[in-house]
Amino acid sequence: MLGGAQKGVEVLITQLTYPFEEKIVRSLRAGDAVKVSGIIWTGRDRFHKHFADGGKLPVDFKDGALYHCGPVVVKRDGEWHAVACGPTTSVRENPYEPDFIATTNVRLIIGKGGMDANTLAACKKHGAVYLQAVGGAAAISAAAVKRIRNVYFLEEFGAAEACWEFEVEDFPCVVAMDSHGVSLFDSVKESSEKKYREFIKK
Amino acid sequence: MASLTEKLARFIQETSSSIPEDVEKTLVKAMRKEEKNSSARMVLETIISNIRLAREKGTPLCQDTGTLTFFVSESLRKKVTVEKLGEAVAIATKNGWLRRNTIETLSGKSIDTNVCAGAPVVHYVDEPFKRVRLIMKGGGSENMSMQFSLPDVSINAGRDLDGVYRAVMTAIERAQGFGCAPGYLGVAVGGDRACAFEKAKEQLLRPIDDTNPEKDLEKLEKKILKDANALGIGPMGLGGKTTLLGVKLGVLPRLPASYFVTVAYMCWAARRRELKF
Repeated sequence: MLGGAQKGVEVLITQLTYPFEEKIVRSLRAGDAVKVSGIIWTGRDRFHKHFADGGKLPVDFKDGALYHCGPVVVKRDGEWHAVACGPTTSVRENPYEPDFIATTNVRLIIGKGGMDANTLAACKKHGAVYLQAVGGAAAISAAAVKRIRNVYFLEEFGAAEACWEFEVEDFPCVVAMDSHGVSLFDSVKESSEKKYREFIKK
Repeated sequence: MASLTEKLARFIQETSSSIPEDVEKTLVKAMRKEEKNSSARMVLETIISNIRLAREKGTPLCQDTGTLTFFVSESLRKKVTVEKLGEAVAIATKNGWLRRNTIETLSGKSIDTNVCAGAPVVHYVDEPFKRVRLIMKGGGSENMSMQFSLPDVSINAGRDLDGVYRAVMTAIERAQGFGCAPGYLGVAVGGDRACAFEKAKEQLLRPIDDTNPEKDLEKLEKKILKDANALGIGPMGLGGKTTLLGVKLGVLPRLPASYFVTVAYMCWAARRRELKF
């Protein structure tokens, strides 16, 4: 079942605002369209490696959001601005994410392409969800970032890999993996494969 | 009057920030077909607002500004040189119209101008025109491109149009949403492995609503498009009615021993543009 994609069922877009309460996050279902507002932090390959190696985290991720994103940013008049900040492919963080979720109680993982069964299990156990941002929508994602509040690891990791603290408004995403063990990617893969087999059989 | 280099740099900016009208129209039509408030509808609405915002601001549609492939009419070879195109790419990069997007493969170092031997890609085409055409194709979609050698027993594909159908459907099924669906497919039937990928990419220059001069291929394009959209993969692979925007098949001669089907997967941000001289 594809949640929000069900025929004739009108599903309202859920607004999620930081801090993201466990109860609300657990009420989300795969397929729900959401808009995220408030603080989110970016973190990708080097950030996860740093965490896995026992490095200290710069902020408390409890009830927070981690965004797999290597933004294009510029500094104007002493302030950072987001130029393009769409999602990056999430599978590379599969080895680290379950532990990150368990340790921090982060509630939202935002990225592109989905993650593995271990991450799905961690979402279920600890009350988190995986949100798919719209791949390639660089202009819209940059427009959703109202302010860059802070940046961590800029010197060590470089701009694309640093941990940026974004203040976002109505950042559009879809719940792709929920805390009930449902992954939209798995169900779409399964149903499309079935249909494909029918076409190929003819 | 603007210099040729400036003119070419502006052309690159337009390609990067403004999606072709036919692609946008097809996306809008597809959006209206999806259920209200479904994830597919939301993704397509976001894509369409993104298209409008990027055009208005002149900024890249997608942060992956991709591989730049130029097709230049032979008659312009002396005027629109590889060097001139390189200069234009460097200017476009400096102005933020292109991302610093070229990596020295072995050292992993960034080539900050996006210009070196092999980048951008330039083809001179023998054609009765005076034009420069450009495709910008991102890495996510390029990773989903693939090639089949028929016969392929694993997908029951023989050396005929039914085999071509099976190969292309397999490529779509395997790609799921990873190439930033809904995608646009350029396909080459025949050729050797190398020229077939070039031919497949060249098909991406064709407008969505054009007609294939080969009747059988025209029929097959329609059938693949219809069946692909019945797979339910949907925008970004989250389910929905829109998996593909278009399919374009081209044909090349082949050796008796070979029968390749080569699929170039282009993301929804199907950036292509033509500059007439």
